[in-house]
Amino acid sequence: MTQQTAAQAAFVRAFKQYGGILLSLVMLCVIFSFLNPRFMSVVNFMNILQQVAVIAIAAFGMTWVILLGEIDLSVGSIIAVAGMVGAQCFAFGLGFGTALAVTIVAGALMGMLNGVLTAKLLLPSFIVTVATMGIYRGLVSLPTNGAPAMIDNSTWTAIGTESFLGLPIIIWVVAVLFVVNQIVLSKTSFGRRAYLTGGNREAAIYSGIKVDRLKIIIFMISGVMAAISGVLLSSRLFSAQTNAGMSYELDAIAAAVLGGTSLAGGVGTMVGTLIGALIIGVMNNGMNMLSVPYFYQLIVKGLVILIAVWLDVRAKQAKR
Amino acid sequence: MHGSTTDTVLKISNVTKSFGQVAALKSMRLDVRRGRVHTLLGENGAGKSTLMKILAGVHSATSGEITLDDQPYRPANPQQASALGLAIVFQELSLCNNLTVAENILATREPRKFGFINDKALVARAKAIVAELGLPIDVTEKVGNLSIAQRQLVEIAKGLSHDAKVVILDEPTSSLSDSEAEILFDIIGRLKNRGVAVIYISHRMEEIMRLSDDITVIRDGEYVSTHDRNDVTIEALIALMVGRRMEEIYPPPIHDRSTPGAPVLAVERLTRDEEFADISFTVGAGEILGFFGLVGSGRSEVMNALFGMKNANGTVRLDGKEVRFRSPAEAIARGIGFVTENRKEEGLVLGHSVGWNISMAALPDFTGPFGFTRAGAERKASAAEVGRLAIKTHSLDTPAGSLSGGNQQKIVLAKWLLTRPKVLILDEPTRGVDVGAKFEIYKIIRQLAAEGTAILLISSELPEVLGMSDRVVVMHEGVVGATLAGTDLTPETIMAHATGFQS
Repeated sequence: MTQQTAAQAAFVRAFKQYGGILLSLVMLCVIFSFLNPRFMSVVNFMNILQQVAVIAIAAFGMTWVILLGEIDLSVGSIIAVAGMVGAQCFAFGLGFGTALAVTIVAGALMGMLNGVLTAKLLLPSFIVTVATMGIYRGLVSLPTNGAPAMIDNSTWTAIGTESFLGLPIIIWVVAVLFVVNQIVLSKTSFGRRAYLTGGNREAAIYSGIKVDRLKIIIFMISGVMAAISGVLLSSRLFSAQTNAGMSYELDAIAAAVLGGTSLAGGVGTMVGTLIGALIIGVMNNGMNMLSVPYFYQLIVKGLVILIAVWLDVRAKQAKR
Repeated sequence: MHGSTTDTVLKISNVTKSFGQVAALKSMRLDVRRGRVHTLLGENGAGKSTLMKILAGVHSATSGEITLDDQPYRPANPQQASALGLAIVFQELSLCNNLTVAENILATREPRKFGFINDKALVARAKAIVAELGLPIDVTEKVGNLSIAQRQLVEIAKGLSHDAKVVILDEPTSSLSDSEAEILFDIIGRLKNRGVAVIYISHRMEEIMRLSDDITVIRDGEYVSTHDRNDVTIEALIALMVGRRMEEIYPPPIHDRSTPGAPVLAVERLTRDEEFADISFTVGAGEILGFFGLVGSGRSEVMNALFGMKNANGTVRLDGKEVRFRSPAEAIARGIGFVTENRKEEGLVLGHSVGWNISMAALPDFTGPFGFTRAGAERKASAAEVGRLAIKTHSLDTPAGSLSGGNQQKIVLAKWLLTRPKVLILDEPTRGVDVGAKFEIYKIIRQLAAEGTAILLISSELPEVLGMSDRVVVMHEGVVGATLAGTDLTPETIMAHATGFQS
């Protein structure tokens, strides 16, 4: 096979894999630019990317979890806890670096609890994370009795507001995390083990894969990604809100599933998830620009998700 | 019943079936007669499954004619096929584990009262069906609590509970022990007496010669020939089926076995409550140690314990050093490989590629700095195994699930060969594999033994154990009944120990 045809084959494969959702994304953009001429602009696209960042990063973590055939519903709550942990660090007079480290460790610990309960106590992750979703959401209010906590650390707030080399820092963060997650997933043995275990857990165990440990690490990844999302969200809001990230887990799941991640496990990529997150971001942004009332937005978003997933499923069946 | 017992009930003439460009069936024909067992014989991929799916109403024929009782037979779906009098017991289990035996047997046809399921009537009717077939099964038990063999019997009961004119049994004995197979043969006898025609699919030649009245051989989607059971030999049938003469079913050893190799694995008094007790044996380098026992004798449980899947008491020595594996990862790292009994459940990730499946257990060997997969080395090693075992696959990227049973089994073997095991456990390595692929797998086993691998061969097929093993450990109800070698290796002695009639 010559170089050119190999490249063509890769292109055809990529088109088959992502063609359906890319088409959905393009169609949404076309529709919105007809309805509002200001939609199609560099400024607005930067805006969309920044708005989508929090969801996209949480969705990268979610992709790992779903790939394993599990689910993590505590992501939205972890986002809120992370912001509050950061705010409290500054209240105790810690510097930016320490605060960031403590926040990320907190995310890892919350994810670890999810993983240990799922892997070692053999509880379904759906139940475990429904429970911890409530617990973590409750923890957010402990330090302030439910009041928001202001964040005045200028480095922390710069993440969400300033630019580096002409691009908002927030977009750099998404880009770096996207590349890191995609590389770990597709190029390392760890990523391979996740695919294999999601595909057939029994076979993975018999082939010497330490499935319990893998599961705990992956829930930790989800916790860390959610914590980073929480840092971004709180830096944009200059504060930690107790209801921050509410129901973001559903957007993260929707992004992963729109991107072709199979809820049965074993199938999915970060590329797909990023496109899925962009679809959700474009919808939110487009409808906001058209001043569509929030409750209509919910209905439209739900319908678009159903249609996109249906188109995808139909295309994959037709290939057989 | 209706008139003579030899008239044709199901007639298949010139049936073809194409999937896109690929012709799966070319001019197939078959005459199935009332009250007779008609065996359909062919290698995996010969077209048996496609033909059965056409009869079951899953596929429709591209051309040709099928008649049932002289009426055109073209079922649009499995429900119609069943209503027209065709019952199929598929090889793949299609039972719901969370429901009881009775609920499974009468699924979708539960007796009702005011729209609700009448549990009493359900149990009574299922009991009657099970009793008529003579199955030793409690119909109120959950299917999930039954052994694989018992589930297979339930599957058969489910298939036969419809009043059928033609019953198709697709490899019904592949997971049955000999005594359970006897129950099935008894059922087949009763069906014949009732005038039912049976289409029988199996790879076990002894069984086919014993049960069949007529035998039709097919090859590469084409009809080859039909024979009366009394006018044909096993050797002739195998030759027709593979299209070449098979010198022997079991290849001879390729290395001198008169001086046994150094003991590699020594197991002493291995015990696990309620599963097995006081299991002791040794296996040397280059030795093939057979394990025979009826289903439920504890063979697979012992192997799982050896492989670190389960805890057990007792001592295990590998190369003279005591070992205790807490996980399969540890066992693999120390040189143990395990081709498990159910390749679809524990052996393969069917949705992933051939290459990924082959390198799965040797992944640590292909992991470089920072945990990166050494993809080039991995593909090269996997490709070498595909070549060495002659695995028929389009490429390394083909999903494992799209290959035939024999090739899937070879992928599982390749996976373990890549870990270069000192001890290789083979649990039913040729189950659901056709004769040609079986022979190739036996050759691979011989080759491994010649290279010094110690092999534990577990099988429910007595001829396989006899044909391949140097010594045989016979298990009965969780204990070692006997360890046999040399002139003691006869079917009679082995069965006597396996059934516990000799102590």
